[in-house]
Formats: sequence, structure tokens, C-alpha cells
Amino acid sequence: MTSLPFSRRSFLKGSAALAGASAFAGPAFADSHSPLTVGFIYVGPKDDFGYNQAHAEGAAAVKAMEGVIVVEEENVAETVDVQNSMESMINFDGASLIFPTSFGYFDPHILELAPRYPDVRFQHAAGLWQEGVHPANVGSYFGYIGLGQYLNGIVAGHMSATKKLGFVAAKPIPQVLQNINSYLLGARSVDPSITCQVIFTGEWSLAVKEAEATNALADAGCDVITCHVDGPKVVMETAAGRDCFVCGYHADQSPLAPEKYLTGAEWNWPGVYTRMVQTVLDGGTIDNFDRGGLAEGYIKMSPLGPAVTDAARNQFEAVKAEMMAGGFAAYQGPLMDNAGNQILGEGEAFVETDIALESMDYLVDGVIGSTS
Amino acid sequence: MESDLGLWAIPIAMLGGAIRVSTPFLFVSLGEVLTERSGRINLGLEGTLVFGAMSGYAVAFLTGNAWAGVGAAAICGALFGLLHGLICSLPRVNDIAVGIALMLLGMGLAFFFGKPFIQPVAPDLPSISFGWWSDLPQVRAALQVNVLFLIGIVAAVALWWMFRATKVGLVIRVVGDSTDAARAMGLSPPLIRTLATAAGGAFAGVGGAYLSLFYPGSWNEGISSGQGLMAVALVIFARWNPIYCFWAAILFGAAGALGPALQSVGVSTGYYLFYAAPYVLTLGVLIATSSPTRAMTGAPGELSITK
Repeated sequence: MTSLPFSRRSFLKGSAALAGASAFAGPAFADSHSPLTVGFIYVGPKDDFGYNQAHAEGAAAVKAMEGVIVVEEENVAETVDVQNSMESMINFDGASLIFPTSFGYFDPHILELAPRYPDVRFQHAAGLWQEGVHPANVGSYFGYIGLGQYLNGIVAGHMSATKKLGFVAAKPIPQVLQNINSYLLGARSVDPSITCQVIFTGEWSLAVKEAEATNALADAGCDVITCHVDGPKVVMETAAGRDCFVCGYHADQSPLAPEKYLTGAEWNWPGVYTRMVQTVLDGGTIDNFDRGGLAEGYIKMSPLGPAVTDAARNQFEAVKAEMMAGGFAAYQGPLMDNAGNQILGEGEAFVETDIALESMDYLVDGVIGSTS
Repeated sequence: MESDLGLWAIPIAMLGGAIRVSTPFLFVSLGEVLTERSGRINLGLEGTLVFGAMSGYAVAFLTGNAWAGVGAAAICGALFGLLHGLICSLPRVNDIAVGIALMLLGMGLAFFFGKPFIQPVAPDLPSISFGWWSDLPQVRAALQVNVLFLIGIVAAVALWWMFRATKVGLVIRVVGDSTDAARAMGLSPPLIRTLATAAGGAFAGVGGAYLSLFYPGSWNEGISSGQGLMAVALVIFARWNPIYCFWAAILFGAAGALGPALQSVGVSTGYYLFYAAPYVLTLGVLIATSSPTRAMTGAPGELSITK
């Protein structure tokens, strides 16, 4: 796109975006080959203790690589705004690799721009890309974080005295339902009598409603609470304030509740992003369809908190080792959903890579709640 | 924690929700009553609320004292109100347009200055436990009453008394009902309106401090989710009466707790509908209390929407 290694404008914008941190790394590389400009776009603030912070930590790791300039923009709505952000990154900053990290950026926004900028690679964080349907310069990547929630559930199952777990969920989309179900199945692997109460707030980020939902769970007797919302800060602080244990999600929230934090399912984007960027730097092409779990370094677990018992720690470590070996199946038959329909028969199972998990539209038996 | 209350959990949760969630609504609507009674509308209180939440959290974190945060939020709120009042004192300025501009300004400034304060944890405001008589943890949790809620009740009664029985209240009402009559009495309507708007802004700022310093108790950019705008609308619902503002805020808080409470006792289908409860309730009460003969009862005569 840009024949010059540096347009004056891109240099000014690039160095402004870097805010002085290695702004002059660029010209040094311009002699040999022009640096790769990588764009990151977040739907919320990049220090939200949650989804966006996890991605921003990945971007920070890319920023530290040689020969790479990173441009970032936060609070970009899932509207035409994201198209404007991507176009300005491409045209003004010279970005040739863009990570729009929110689910709703894909259709129609990325699909609109990708055919117009065939030299730019759009990497979208969700499993939506389909061979033959979507442009070749678009890719999907996502991690099996449901397994992290399964490990959360194991620790929660050991630590719960009331045998009732709580889950504050945003919207009943497959990824969220999979997390809820995995959390309960993890706990049930410890004690099959455990139940999990779920409360949907209906939105990704609604601080007061998340706090109310957490209080309602505590009132209902739930004593280990986790969540799937964009920023888990409010849920963690409110639950710890009600003397409940908490399991984290997206990022490490242990500083918010040091005594009550058990463990957490975290994204490990630094490893994933540096690997992808390195592929491009080496002249290769990133796979259009890239996924992984614990073993592939897509996700990781927060260090176990001070309250975790030895029994919980042992089972947690044992199952984690099984997952590291690959092919772990959290969903094993016979399995019913909470409306009485059979999901899996005797002897059947979904292993972590099973595509059926990505269209989940049910809550398993033992989850108290409804998807609509 | 083993006690299972069954359906009793719902009224207890609604009581708790009313006490926890209502305070920002109460403060913003009291501030707006004060402003509107003087004849101006300040739609910018959503921005003031968000800026109050940010400045309160920031100052509480920097000084380690939550009450210093509340004070800072009140001062910032008063400055926003003062700005609104001064701009609207210029000839031919529309107070609604200025309010919307200040709402966007307040949120933008709060997001800009609030960046470094999303991560740190600031001290919380204290609460008083009124549930000591009960063995039920749910009741005890519901009756953890924050001091600002109590101050809000006192402020509502004080404002009601002020409008009814004091000279200051009478002056504000005269200015709000008739600019000509106020001028004839030798009062300066722009000055009084500006002061009333500044005081109203201070109330909204304190409401914001409650959000960030007590419930939900942290600063982030989505903390308000439109509560300031709803509170401004509550003023019409409350017929410009501070005591009614209190009941309206309580009603809104309780109705908002209904959705999560119903899901927690197992009534989980149709939660989007339950989340609409506060709005359905508002519409219902407005329809029930409306009358074809006395529209906008209690509305100050000089408000730009009633003129």
C-alpha cells in the first residue's frame, strides 16, 4: 500500500501512538526493511480487569517485539465506528495486520472492509470464519476457555459449603453457555449433588445490574461465584464483600479480593499474538482458523489463592495435567440438559475440539436458569 | 447461609435493592427538583453524575478518605451546575441544548481524567447495619444502609420544608413560576437560577460519589448506564415534590432488583421482560395519576417545556 517505508503522517501518528516508547525504533529498521504496523481495537477500556485488558496485555507483548509498531484504539463501538477505526489504521498508520477483538466486529464490519483491502490481514477473535464463505484475508482465532471454567468448577466444588455455586452471565450465547455448563460439570466431578444458579444481566457491561445479580446469588445461598461479563471487577468485589469465594475470568482479578480469590480462567494473549506476529515477520501466513486450549498456550489459570485446600489443589493439578496432554472431554455421557432433553448418550463425549460445543444452546442438568 | 427463604427472597431482595440502588436516583432527582423549581432544566446531570463518580473515586483513592471524595464530587458537581447556570444566563440560550452539551462534556472529561483510576481500589463509604435483630443473612445484607442514603432522606425532607416554609424556598418558587413577578419583587432571576443549578449539580455529584464509592463501588466508564437521565425524568414523575422524589427513587430501585431476584428463586424465563419492570411501572403510574383537566400539576411556570 505505501511505497515509502515511512510517510511523514504515519510516522507522526505512529510515534504519537507509542507515546515516546521506542518511537525511534522505526527509522533504524527502515534501512533494512519497513516495520510491520499492527492494529488492535477494543470494544471497552483496555484496563477493565477483563476481556479488553486481556487483549491489551497481548498487544503490549507485541509492542515489545523488534520491527513492529503497534497502534491501539479502545472504546470502539460495534457499529460503523469500527470500520472507520480500521480504515484510519490502514490508510494513515499503514497497518497491514489488524486485530479487531470484539465478537460483533465481524459481521458486517470486517466482511465489508476485507475485500477492499486485500493486502491487509484481519484477525478476528471468535470462531466465526468459514472456508469458502469468508474472504481469505480474514482469520478467526479463539481459545477453549470453557476448560478453564471446568478447572474453576473443580476448585469451587471443593470449596463450596452450601453446594450451590453462582454464575453472573451477560447473554445466552454459545460461548457463555459453554462456560456456565463447564463450571458446573467441573464442580460435579467433585460432588454430583452440586447445583449452579445462573443470572443473566442481558448486557456485556452493566455495573449496577451485575452488583444486584451478585447480591441475589449470595441471598440465594451461593457461596462460590464466577461470571462471564466484560469487566468482572464489580462481581468480584461485591461477591467478596458478601463473604463468598470467587473464581476469576478473562484476566487475573486476585488483587481485587486477595483472600477470597480461588483461581481464574485467563486468556493468554501475549503468547498467541507474538506467535502470530512472528509468523508474519518471518514471511509466513497465519492460519485462517486457529484455536487452542491450555496446551497450546491460548489460556492459563490464575495461581491458586490462599484459601484453596490441598484436596482441591491436588485434583486441580491432576485434571490440568490431563488437559495439557490434549483431547480432554469435559462433556461425557450420559448427559441431560436442564429441560430434560438428552444431550449425550452413554459412552458418548465431546472432546475439547468438538465443533458441536460451539453451537451450544442449552444449560446442562444441575444449572438453575433458562436461556431465554 | 443454609436458610432457604423460597418466595420470601423476592420481597427481601426488592427491599435491599431499593436501599442499595435508589440513592443515586434520589440525589440526582433532588438536585433536578431544585434546579427546575427555579425555572431551568439541567439535562446535563448524567454527565455531572459520571464526573462526580470519577472525581469522588479519584480523590478518595489519593487521600485515602472516602468522605473527601464525596466532598470533591460535590464541588465538581457544583462547578458543572455553575457553568450551566452562567451559560444559560446569557440572552436567548436554550437550557436543554446546553444541558445536553454539558452531559457529553462531563462524560468525556470523566473518561479522560478517569483513565488512571480504573485499576486502583479506593476506600468505601461506611454503612450502618440495621439488620442486627434478624438471624437471616439475607435480611442483614439487605439492611446494610449507607450513610448517604440516610443523608438523602434528610435532604428530601429538608428541601420539602424549605420550599414550603422558608424565604429561600419562596424566592426560588417565585423565580420559577414567574420571571416578571420576581423582577417586580426586586429579585434577580438569572442569579437565583444559577445558584439553584449549582446546588443541584452538587447533589448530582454526590449521587455519583455513591456509585463509585459504595454501590457498585468502583470506577469504570460504564458505571452509570444512564441513571442520571432516568433520574431527571423521575422529577416529572414525582411532580417536582422532593418527598415524592424519595418514593420514586425507592420504587425504581425495588423494581430494578426484581429481575435478578426472580432469577435467583428459579423464575428464569423471560428475564428481559422483568428487566423492563421499572419502565413499565413508571408508565403505569403516570397513566394512573394523569388527568385530562390538570396536566403537569406542580410544574413551575417558567420551565421551557411548559411554556
